[in-house]
Amino acid sequence: MNSTANAATELAQARVSRESAGLELHSHSGNGNYQTVGEPFTENPKISARNVNVFYDEKQAINDISLDIGRNEVIAMIGPSGCGKSTFLRSLNRMNDIIPICRVKGDIFLEGDDIYGSHQDTVMLRARVGMVFQKPNPFPKTIYENVAYGPRIHGLAHNKAELDEVVEKSLRRASLFDEVKDVLDKPGTGLSGGQQQRLCIARAIAVSPEVILMDEPCSALDPIATARIEELIDELKERYTIAIVTHSMQQAARVSERTAYFHLGKLIEVGHTKQIFTTPRHELTENYITGRFG
Amino acid sequence: MSKQNPSRETELVRASLKKRYAREQRFQWYGRIAVMLGFVFLFILLADIVTKGSPAFTQQYLKIPVDLSHDALDLGELPNEQELRRGDYSGAIKSSLRDMFPEVKNRSQKKQLYRLVSIGGEYQLRDAVLANPSLFGGPVDVWLLAHSEAASYLKGQISRDTPEIERRVKDLQMDWLDRLQQEGRTESRFNFLFFTSGDSREPELAGIRAALVGSFYTLMVTFLVAFPIGVLAAVYLEEFAPRNRLTDLIEININNLAAVPSIVFGLLGLAVFINFFELPRSAPLVGGIVLSLMTLPTIIITSRAAIGAVSPSIREASMGIGASKLQTVFHHVLPVAMPGILTGSIIGMAQALGESAPLLMIGMVAFIMDVPGGVTDPSTVLPVQIFLWADSPERGFTEKTSAAIMVLMGFLILMNALAIYLRKRFELK
Repeated sequence: MNSTANAATELAQARVSRESAGLELHSHSGNGNYQTVGEPFTENPKISARNVNVFYDEKQAINDISLDIGRNEVIAMIGPSGCGKSTFLRSLNRMNDIIPICRVKGDIFLEGDDIYGSHQDTVMLRARVGMVFQKPNPFPKTIYENVAYGPRIHGLAHNKAELDEVVEKSLRRASLFDEVKDVLDKPGTGLSGGQQQRLCIARAIAVSPEVILMDEPCSALDPIATARIEELIDELKERYTIAIVTHSMQQAARVSERTAYFHLGKLIEVGHTKQIFTTPRHELTENYITGRFG
Repeated sequence: MSKQNPSRETELVRASLKKRYAREQRFQWYGRIAVMLGFVFLFILLADIVTKGSPAFTQQYLKIPVDLSHDALDLGELPNEQELRRGDYSGAIKSSLRDMFPEVKNRSQKKQLYRLVSIGGEYQLRDAVLANPSLFGGPVDVWLLAHSEAASYLKGQISRDTPEIERRVKDLQMDWLDRLQQEGRTESRFNFLFFTSGDSREPELAGIRAALVGSFYTLMVTFLVAFPIGVLAAVYLEEFAPRNRLTDLIEININNLAAVPSIVFGLLGLAVFINFFELPRSAPLVGGIVLSLMTLPTIIITSRAAIGAVSPSIREASMGIGASKLQTVFHHVLPVAMPGILTGSIIGMAQALGESAPLLMIGMVAFIMDVPGGVTDPSTVLPVQIFLWADSPERGFTEKTSAAIMVLMGFLILMNALAIYLRKRFELK
C-alpha cells in the first residue's frame, strides 16, 4: 500500500517537473493545465490569489493556484506532507522572501492591493498579515516584551500607558492574560508549550493585523492545549481573517468554514468544510479524507 | 512459555560480550591515561614556574647605619631642597659601609663591599631624606635594598659548596652578609617594586608595570579595532551578503588568514603602518592594530558560527510581525548570539595578549623603563618583557622571568573566567 503510494507520488512529481518547464509561458493564462474543483472564489474577498506559482530554484512547489479568502472567515488548508500548503500560506505575507532561492509568480491581492507589486513594502505587509508558526517561537525576552515588541517597532503606542494597554488587550484576546498577569516580567520561553503558542498569537494580534496566517499552530501541542487554541480561533474570527494550515482533518472540520485541499502543489478542491468532509467531489480529496492516501 | 535451553545465537552473543566489555574498558583506560598525562605535564610546568618565580615576589633589605651629616653628603650646613637633591648619597652609603667593615682595605675588596647594596639604594635614601628632611644631619639606621646577587645569597639560592670562581657572590661577601644576618640587619619584604616600576638593568629594580600598562593599551586598541569590525563583518557576511563566488572567496580567505603565522602580520605592520603611514615606532597604537589584524579572523569566524547557530524560528518570528532585517538582527539575533561572540572575542584577545612575534617586528622589543602614558608612547608588552628577561644573563632575571609568566597566566585565566561569566550571564536572560 505504502509503496504504491510512493510510486504514485514519484510519478506525479515527474509530471509536475515536466509541466513546470513549459509553465512560465502560460502561467497567466487562466487556470492552466488543471481545474480546481469547487468554489475557490468568493464575493468581496479579503485576499485573492491568482495563478500563483512558487519555485525553489528549478523545483516547482506550487502549481497555478487561484484562491480567494473571504472576510472574517476561517479557511483551512489540508493535504499530505509536501503538498505546498505551507509554501502557499507563507507567500501570502511574503515570508518566502527570506529564502533566497524562492521565486513567486502570479498575483496576490490584499484588499485589491497587489502584495508583490513594486510599491509594496514587506514591513507594512507583515504588519497587516500576521503569522503564527508551527513551533511556538517566543523571543527569549520577557512576556511583556514579547507582546510589546511589535507595537513598539511600528510606533503604535505613544507612551508606556498606551503600550501597557495594548499588551493587556492582546493577551486578553489570546486568552492568556489571567494566566500570566503576575509574571509579565518572566521570560516567555519559560511558559508551557500551549501558553507559548498563545503568547505568539498575542504577539501577532498586538500589531492589529487584518489577517492571521497559522502554520500548523497545534502540531507541537497536547490535546488540551490544542482545544484551547481552537476555542481561541473561534473567538478571533470575529475580528480577523484566519488562514490555517493543519495536518489534522478533525481540526479543520472543527474550526474552519471553508477547506482547501492541496495535492502535490496543486489546489485540488475548495468548498464549505461540511461539504468537503461529507461529499467531496474530487477523487483525490475523497481518498485523503477517508484515509486511503497520505 | 516453558524454560528452554539457550539457543546457539544466545551462546554466541554471550561469548562475544566479554570481548566487547573488555574493549570498552581498555578504551576508557586509554582516555584516563591521556587525561592524567595532561595533568602531570601541566603540574610539572606550573610547579616549575611557581618555584622559580615565587622568590621574585620578595626583596631583601639591609639595615645600614648611614651618616647623613653635611660633610658626608658633601653639602652646606643648611641646604635647601634643591641642594638636598644634589647630595652625594652614594658616597654616604659607601663610607658607611666602610665604617661597618673597617677591615676592608684594598680596592677590589671595597668594590665587592659596595656591591652588597643596590644601585637604587642612593635614590631610595635621597627620596627618604627629601620626604623627611629631619633625617639630615645625624647618623640614621636605614633599610636599603640589597643588590640582586647579595639577595640571591640571602634567599639561599647560592651555596658555599660551589667553587668561588663559579659564583658571582664571593666568599668575603658571604661572610659580610652572614654577619649582617646574625646582627638582625637583614629583612625580607614583599616586592612592591615589581608591580610599580618599569624595566631596569638591575634585576632588583626591574618591574613589570611598564609592560603591564603597555599590554593594557595594546589590548585596548586591539579590542576597539577588532571587535566592532569583526562583529559587523560577521553580521554582514552571515545575514546580508548574497551567496556568490565573491563571498565564497572572501570566506576562504578569512579562514586562511586565521592560519597565517603571526610574524607575517608584524612585517605588514612594519611596512604599512610604520614605513608608509609613519605611525610611531614601538607604540601600543601600532601594536594594537597589528594584533587586531591577527585577531580579526578569529572574531569573524566565531561570530559567524554564533550568529549562524541562532534558531531560524526567532528570525521568522521577528520578520513575521513586520520587523525589518536590521531590526531582526540587532534586536533578536545578536543578543542571542552574544555569548558565543564574546567567548570568541575574548579567546582572540587572550591570544593577542600572549603574542610577541609580530610586536618584535614593530619595535616593541625596545628597553623601556618608563611606564607609557598613552597609546603613542614607546612601550613593551608582557610576553616581550618575558622574552627580554629570559634573554638576560643575570641570575635575578631568571626569577623575574618566571614571575612575569605567572602574572601573564594570571591575566589569561582572568580573561577566560570573564568569558565564562559573560556567557553564563547572557544565557540566563
